[in-house]
Amino acid sequence: MIFGLGIAFLLTSALTVAGAVAAAVLKNLVHCALSLTVTFAGLALLYLELGAQFAGFSQILVYIGAVAILVVFAILLTRGAAVPEYRNYSSSWFLGLAIAAAVFALLTWAVTKSLPASETVSAPAVNVQSIGVALMSTYVLPLEIVAVLLTVALIGAVIVAMPESREPKSSLERSGK
Amino acid sequence: MSFSSKLDQIFILLQHWIAGFFPQALQPVVGTILGVVAIVAAFPGIFALTTVLERKGLGRMQNRLGPNRVGPLGILQPVADGIKSLTKEDIVPLSADALVHFLAPVVLVVAIFLCYAVLPVGRNMVLMNMDAGLLFFFAIGASTELSIFMAGWSSRNKYSLLGAMRAVAQMISYEVPLLLSSVVAVMITGSLSTVKIVEAQSGFTGWFPHWYVFTPWGFAGFVLFVIAALAETNRSPFDLPEGESELVAGYFTEYSGFKFALFFLGEYLGMFSIAGFAITLFLGGWGAPLSVLGFIPSWAWFFAKLFGAIFFFIWLRGTMPRLRQDQLMNFAWKFMLPMALLNLLVAGAWRFLGEGWSRWVICSVVLIGAYVLLGRVLMRGQHLGPRSYRYAD
Amino acid sequence: MLGEGMLKGLAETAKNFAGSFVSEERLTTVQYPEERITPIENTRDFPFLVYDGTDPMAGLRCVACQICEKECPPKCIYIVKSTDKKPDFVGKMQIYPARFDIDISVCMSCQICVEVCPFEAIKMDTEFELSTTDRFGGLLFDRDHLSKSNEHYHKIHPTEAAEVDARLADEKAKADAKAKAAAEAAAAKAAAASAAPAKSKEAATVPQEVPAAAKEAPVKEPGA
Repeated sequence: MIFGLGIAFLLTSALTVAGAVAAAVLKNLVHCALSLTVTFAGLALLYLELGAQFAGFSQILVYIGAVAILVVFAILLTRGAAVPEYRNYSSSWFLGLAIAAAVFALLTWAVTKSLPASETVSAPAVNVQSIGVALMSTYVLPLEIVAVLLTVALIGAVIVAMPESREPKSSLERSGK
Repeated sequence: MSFSSKLDQIFILLQHWIAGFFPQALQPVVGTILGVVAIVAAFPGIFALTTVLERKGLGRMQNRLGPNRVGPLGILQPVADGIKSLTKEDIVPLSADALVHFLAPVVLVVAIFLCYAVLPVGRNMVLMNMDAGLLFFFAIGASTELSIFMAGWSSRNKYSLLGAMRAVAQMISYEVPLLLSSVVAVMITGSLSTVKIVEAQSGFTGWFPHWYVFTPWGFAGFVLFVIAALAETNRSPFDLPEGESELVAGYFTEYSGFKFALFFLGEYLGMFSIAGFAITLFLGGWGAPLSVLGFIPSWAWFFAKLFGAIFFFIWLRGTMPRLRQDQLMNFAWKFMLPMALLNLLVAGAWRFLGEGWSRWVICSVVLIGAYVLLGRVLMRGQHLGPRSYRYAD
Repeated sequence: MLGEGMLKGLAETAKNFAGSFVSEERLTTVQYPEERITPIENTRDFPFLVYDGTDPMAGLRCVACQICEKECPPKCIYIVKSTDKKPDFVGKMQIYPARFDIDISVCMSCQICVEVCPFEAIKMDTEFELSTTDRFGGLLFDRDHLSKSNEHYHKIHPTEAAEVDARLADEKAKADAKAKAAAEAAAAKAAAASAAPAKSKEAATVPQEVPAAAKEAPVKEPGA
């Protein structure tokens, strides 16, 4: 145990942070997307180390299996795939850094404030069945709202992607049938 | 223990015996490592056998012999193929992204091997009995799409990129019916653990087994799962991304030698693992089909069913023409998704209608009716039939 | 519509698969080079020169007219005429080819040389296993390599050879008949010329002259 943290946790968090830094710093956009995928994988490993099987596997399934693919498709279908010649740092980088530091400080304060007084707190044993029961009883309203939201998104995608209504068929096409 | 149950558990007994040589603290680790070694040895062995079986089977279906020069009846052909792929020059295009180009087959093979960890090949013979085993399998399966994209993009080749795009679009589209059709088995069992799903199918009424495939929703789920599985592993008739006559070799155009062999290995291993899951979810896993045949070991039943599934896939490959990209997508979204959702509904109705013949009739009628109706509706706008030609006179 | 076409297709492939173990027509592979199919009669690969009788030099039908050399599209035939004449199979003095080379790496088996030969001297062979490690010399066939007997021609193309032989025999018979008629006319003229002076000597010489004239006729070139 180094610094009071397990070696597995240190390795996984090093991987996650390295992936996140690479995603922000690399020149090639697809490389950035792939490092972001490494970050997602690191997060999934952290969930698994904490014993949250369902959350970890859902993280892999959703983030790596869908969000990363989406990011990559978006890069490829637009013109972002060309590698720029020089690094493109914005002129207001100092302000960005300051805001990031402020957010980090806020999150650290919130996390340390919420830790219980004694350190020997055992994690609750969560299995998939209890998640299902909770979703269907306590959290059924958020579940239904999320379902409606996803349906709306699906319908919106279909409407956006639908071809324009065509002109009336010419006589040539009609006689061909 | 009687002889047949000893034979059934022979690998577990072997594992305990070998682990017994090590100190107490290391025994679980050694046991797991032995399981990993068994998986890494067995499934690539089946892969080698399948390549030659496929070539000979396809040959016989096409009125010709397959390879028959290397070894008796051509059995040693995979050895020749392996040596060939090891000795070929490894060509990496100059403008290709070397790191991503190298990592793509590695990511594929690693992800595919991870999928075998939750596959129960026999009674008590699963590497990791996870509570959310099925979710693990689907999560890791989703990561293989990323490796295909990496392969296609890093080659800096129009055809590779196009093939990778098509492959990823196909895999994403078919993942939804795959998951939905497997959810019915989970619903009726009440657990995501593969071991529990197999155990729930191990009963017999008389001599008829309780496999899910013999129920209306199970049969529909099985058919949907198999079709989606074929599409997930880019297997004929869904092999447009890698068809030689379509797109050179699709996303593996720029790969040569051992990396190509790794892609090939990954694709076939993916086929085996998804066939194994189809068997686990619907065909009773390692269970015997008749209760009198229970003396045959459970792992023998699993591998017999696996070879049956492999033969069926080879048979389909030899029979069907390739589907076009738009036909593929239409099929996934317009046919398979509604059928999978309806299947969920029917499985729920099954659960709540209670025992008796009424639920069989109602569920079967609803599924068959929906199938016919959907088929008619989707075929309505298309003019199919024998093609007629008009020649210039 | 309901997938029955797929099931029919699966049944067909299954029939193929099962039938390939039992019946010959479902498995049409011929495992070359252990098994071979006998080529049909019209097979053609590369040309060869025909000789009658047993001696290739004496019986060679080719008279080096060089028509095939001129007509060959890729110009794979190279002929050098001889400076002397030798008697051919029927005894008439003919020139013969001193060199007759065909480069079969160039030959495209179009059979034009066979079609234009007026002497039925060059025909198409059926041998195709001609691979050699000698890239240039090994595929250049010379006159001795190319000469094969009429029996060989009969073996590989029986009906064609029978036709050719019939045609040659026909022409020979016609030439014979013509020569005999000419000889008879000459004999009659000679008889009429020396009719008056020595009738008794004629009676003695005519039976001798006619066999002499008859002997001369078969020596004449058949089918000139």
